[in-house]
Amino acid sequence: MTTTQPAAQPWQERIFTLLKEAGVRQVAYVPDAGHAHVIRRVQADPDMRGIVLTTEEEGVALAAGAWLGGERAVLLMQSSGVGNCVNMLSLLQSGDFPFVTLVTMRGEYAEFNPWQCPMGRATQGALELMGVAVHRASTADEVEDVVGAALDAAFRGGQRVAVLLSQRLIGRKQWVAK
Amino acid sequence: MTGNGMKTDGSGHDRGHDGDARPGGIDRRAFVARLLAACPEALVVTGLGSPSYDAFAAGDRDRTFYLWGAMGGATPLALGLALAQPTRPVLVVTGDGEALMGMGGLATVAAQQPANLTIVVLDNGHFGETGMQRSHTSLGTRLAEVARACGIARSDEIRSIDEVDALAARIAAREGPAFAQVFIASAEVPRALPPRDGAYLKTRFRQALGLAPM
Repeated sequence: MTTTQPAAQPWQERIFTLLKEAGVRQVAYVPDAGHAHVIRRVQADPDMRGIVLTTEEEGVALAAGAWLGGERAVLLMQSSGVGNCVNMLSLLQSGDFPFVTLVTMRGEYAEFNPWQCPMGRATQGALELMGVAVHRASTADEVEDVVGAALDAAFRGGQRVAVLLSQRLIGRKQWVAK
Repeated sequence: MTGNGMKTDGSGHDRGHDGDARPGGIDRRAFVARLLAACPEALVVTGLGSPSYDAFAAGDRDRTFYLWGAMGGATPLALGLALAQPTRPVLVVTGDGEALMGMGGLATVAAQQPANLTIVVLDNGHFGETGMQRSHTSLGTRLAEVARACGIARSDEIRSIDEVDALAARIAAREGPAFAQVFIASAEVPRALPPRDGAYLKTRFRQALGLAPM
């Protein structure tokens, strides 16, 4: 069986470059197609470590532990994973830890799978309820500024920030052969 | 070999009772005190509830991060710390309930194989903080085997406090990752409450490592 790897979009390479320039060493993830390029780039980089998770909340705890030890971490996940993180996000508030997560959105634009929609609709609210500021990048030319702002707010300002990468930005998932 | 599903399965658990199910189990306070005394260099993360109290009762240390919540998060938190501080031993001291909630974290640790990370589970087979309801480890789950099956090759069941020094030596050697399931008595011990201010715990921990505040 072969898997097709769609060509990376420039904004995806920009995210990788921003993480690297920000000194991020640990990149925790539950995979999503929208993060696939960054994950590949991280795994090929000797100064960064990709950490595959069994559930997204592990990445919240891991990011706090990395910070305790003097390293910067980010969490890559899909919107469905935000729900898995809710209680663990308490750790970040209780310890006043910096935190950045990049969230690829599902359930909001041309969604084929209705099971993605409930959590997709609740993603921003769930993060905000748990004290995570939410920014959104809806177009390719917004990505660099918004992700850069999130990294600065977290690692310079000590904030907890999520960037939602719109489903429209990522592009429609091809469910049926054309 | 193990005999899963048998009434007497050799796990050290009395499967028939709800109460004091561990006659002859290890004294948790004595075990943790000896373990931490023998690992002065270790960076320690404790799971919420009794393991945090045990570590505090053994003597407060700046390089201990006590969790008061984040159930299931002790191991992944310690993984991030271990990857950030590869030259120092990192030790998780947690309970069976906390470890069960974060069981997937064992697979995540195994995928990284951090040589300096050791996870010690104080297993009384019960949820001690909430009224001593039986946990999965007294209902058939064998945690050390779970850890081994996840890919943590050094995974032991500890049944005697006399094994504490060998465990401490293994932690210091940083030849892990390693896992130890310690069969403790389920008798209640007095609470010993560490600081609950997470930001304070974080800042003093980082200061002890020479890291600047934000």
